Amino acid sequence: MTAVEEEKPVGHGRMLRKEDPRFVRGRGRYVDDVQLPGMLHLAILRSPMAHARIVSIDTSAAQAHPKVVAVVTGADLAEKGLAWMPTLSNDVQAVLATDKVRFQGQEVAFVVAEDHYAARDALELIDVEYDMLDPVVDVRSALAQGAPVVRDDLEDKADNHIFDWETGDADAAEAVFAKADVVVTEDIVYPRVHPAPMETCGSVADFDPVEGRLTLWSTTQAPHAHRTLYAMVAGLPEHKIRVIAPDIGGGFGGKVPIYPGYVCSIVASLVVGKPVKWVEDRSENLISTGFARDYIMRGEIAATRDGRILGIRTNVLADHGAFNAQAAPTKYPAGFFGVFTGSYDIEAAHAKLTAVYTNKAPGGVAYACSFRITEAVYLVERIVDCLAHELDVDPVQLRLKNLIKPEQFPYTTKTGWVYDSGDYEPTLREAMRIADYDELRREQAEKRARGELMGIGLSFFTEAVGAGPRKDMDILGLGMADGCELRVHPTGKAVVRLSVQTQGQGHETTFAQIVAEEIGIPVDDIDVVHGDTDQTPFGLGTYGSRSTPVSGAAAALVARKVRDKARIIASGMLEASVADLEWTKGAFSVKGDPERSVTIQEIALRAHGAGDLPEGIEGGLDAQICYNPENLTYPHGAYICVVDIDPGTAQVKVRRFVAVDDCGTRINPMIIEGQVHGGLTDGVGMALMEMISFDEDGNCLGGSLMDYLLPTALEVPEWETGYTVTPSPHHPIGAKGVGESATVGSPPAVVNAVVDALKPFGVRHADMPLTPSRVWEAMNGHAKPSF
Amino acid sequence: MRVTMTVNGAEVTKEIEGRLLLVHFLRDHLGLTGTHWGCDTSNCGTCVVRMDGEPVKSCTVLAAMADGHEVTTVEGLARPDGSLDPVQQGFMECHGLQCGFCTPGMMMTARALLDRNPDPSEDEVREAISGQICRCTGYTTIVRSVCWAAEHEAAERTSAAADQVKEEV
Repeated sequence: MTAVEEEKPVGHGRMLRKEDPRFVRGRGRYVDDVQLPGMLHLAILRSPMAHARIVSIDTSAAQAHPKVVAVVTGADLAEKGLAWMPTLSNDVQAVLATDKVRFQGQEVAFVVAEDHYAARDALELIDVEYDMLDPVVDVRSALAQGAPVVRDDLEDKADNHIFDWETGDADAAEAVFAKADVVVTEDIVYPRVHPAPMETCGSVADFDPVEGRLTLWSTTQAPHAHRTLYAMVAGLPEHKIRVIAPDIGGGFGGKVPIYPGYVCSIVASLVVGKPVKWVEDRSENLISTGFARDYIMRGEIAATRDGRILGIRTNVLADHGAFNAQAAPTKYPAGFFGVFTGSYDIEAAHAKLTAVYTNKAPGGVAYACSFRITEAVYLVERIVDCLAHELDVDPVQLRLKNLIKPEQFPYTTKTGWVYDSGDYEPTLREAMRIADYDELRREQAEKRARGELMGIGLSFFTEAVGAGPRKDMDILGLGMADGCELRVHPTGKAVVRLSVQTQGQGHETTFAQIVAEEIGIPVDDIDVVHGDTDQTPFGLGTYGSRSTPVSGAAAALVARKVRDKARIIASGMLEASVADLEWTKGAFSVKGDPERSVTIQEIALRAHGAGDLPEGIEGGLDAQICYNPENLTYPHGAYICVVDIDPGTAQVKVRRFVAVDDCGTRINPMIIEGQVHGGLTDGVGMALMEMISFDEDGNCLGGSLMDYLLPTALEVPEWETGYTVTPSPHHPIGAKGVGESATVGSPPAVVNAVVDALKPFGVRHADMPLTPSRVWEAMNGHAKPSF
Repeated sequence: MRVTMTVNGAEVTKEIEGRLLLVHFLRDHLGLTGTHWGCDTSNCGTCVVRMDGEPVKSCTVLAAMADGHEVTTVEGLARPDGSLDPVQQGFMECHGLQCGFCTPGMMMTARALLDRNPDPSEDEVREAISGQICRCTGYTTIVRSVCWAAEHEAAERTSAAADQVKEEV
């Protein structure tokens, strides 16, 4: 059998993936596939309690296990100064608990043994005595007088307050709310969920005591940033630390933070002098690694009677768990939540947010949130629908009336974000065309008359991706720029080295396409190297849909840099001045004399070969660049969801979902479509099924796939996608990020559809996840908030 | 204890612990790391292999239970001449994979489905893979991949039958 013959584009366009041949043969190489001589296995003992003082830990029985090599507790780490590590939010997090445990599932001790099964056995032999403390579970009472203090390790900390943050103009907002005809207020919860990549987190640490060199295979989305943090924690110099992110089985933001397990495997390898593997299981992943969302928002919207939106404001309580470990740029403790004014041209906006410690796992920024834009978009798209409900107007008409107009770009929002470009109405019209919106409304009217429950939900969103300009954005002081290096070999084949790290988004294909487009070398002749800090230029990694905006720009510019040098070499070869040369993809020719031309491959050979080069030109055909973006990119989209609800069981069925995305220039439409499909599935999962909740004792109730429900092929429809193209004016190839758009944009569309279906019951809002019981409660007039 | 089974056509005998799961036997003892392990409650299906032709979640089978049986993993999915199975081809053609972690299990289930039902409807494909979770693709392209494989196998059968007729003539 042969593949369907398809002409490969030299550059942008649909192209099958270079990654696939190894994956479909089972020849990917993920962390747990790494086997090293003498490798030992590490397992972590976790706290069964949410909040308790550690009275004693007896490891003697575990130490005596014949296959056990080492048992390590927090006290052991404290002796080495390694019991605590910095987080990506400049807080500290316990590697292993010393004084007390602060969430169920927290790391308490670890065992290193000859095999994984023995390591698990030995965990059972460790005896920990706990002294129970009252847990802080409900974030709404966490700041009350007398609430237990989660972080008594911090000096003078007598409450659970982490930080306050605000944006916009409170007085201006007050003024427009005072003059508004209509004000709608709604409490909107974005519940705690989890990114749950199919591959959990893990690492293999291999410390070579002779060279003093650490190699760490790790599930990391940001290998260079991790290396710097390990240098800080372990006291090893960066040039002696090599972090390798091999194939990663999905990340979705869950593999940005540094987890205690990685540090434990490093410490273990340092202690025993052998390679040590740690791979967590699913329940460990769900209870202890980075959660997402957990924003409790009061949204308010002010408008005129005829539907002109005047202002939006909100008050947010953010549950950050026991350690503030959220991955966000230093100056943005609430991420990019400030874009909560959405796609609308309004007069005033204001947000206030308070972040709080509770006895839960740390996290917050994950699951394709683009640094809290999921929450921002959910808030604005829900509150706009609440306004439409109040005014009794079609949500499409309300949006059309208030969308920012194309001539207003670049548009500065009332919270200071400068949207780069957008032509919103055609995108919305395209979604309505694909969905046949008017026909859907007619169908709905007929069904309503018969007592059937059908809902149509709309979401129009503006994303903000591509962090970011280094004057404003850094992670732990590391500027959010990205490097790229391109080497063209003598025969015209090339290798491009990236600082970002794919977890399935197809970078090995699309980055070769970006370079091919600029320099005319076929995609198959370009290899993409990523994920090895010894091999790749420094950069901040893949999250926040930043690969295309930042690293993609770097790839295009590094190729142009090489092309500029190639032009000078070509001028020598053609004996023509540089100004007389013309570039057609893959070759330079003399203007007006196209017969006189040299290909990029011929130039590459000359660059490395015998013979003189033009004066001042070094041999070789390589370049390196570090790209500092001048702004974020702001892709947008219009989503329409159609649901049917069984009136007898309150079960929601997503019947159709139309997603029209605009991410500017499209590098590979096939890959974009796949990114959108995946994100829409996240959205349906979050809207209808997924939630990490806790009981009053702080027990995690979503700690396995038995309870944490992820959509299967039966819960999602066949996705329908479309697109418009509004390039980013500041990006070298006009491309915007897109990977997270669907996860950001789809939950409000699903919830708006469900609420729309429940309109006959007078329902204006109900919180996710809209499980049958939740929908049933809403239908019966007592929708309860999600906690 | 000692187990003997046929894995991808070759007989293997190993000394193992009775409690060893088949998924770990395949990955850690035989080095067949295409089969993955994505959960601890038998929900995700990244570990699906075929035992005597039937798809099984190898995290929920003891290696000892496979004693005397025939096991096929993703490494044994390509045809004997080394060419890809239409299912593998279909996943590449239709972009039915991204991170690749669920892919081996999905393809083993798809192969088993097409063996018993060469012309499945989209609903039948969705039903067949409903014991498996994919976090990247949203399933639509996986369904297309399996349908692609079914169509191409049908075309192959037609062309093989035509060749047969030619030979007989």
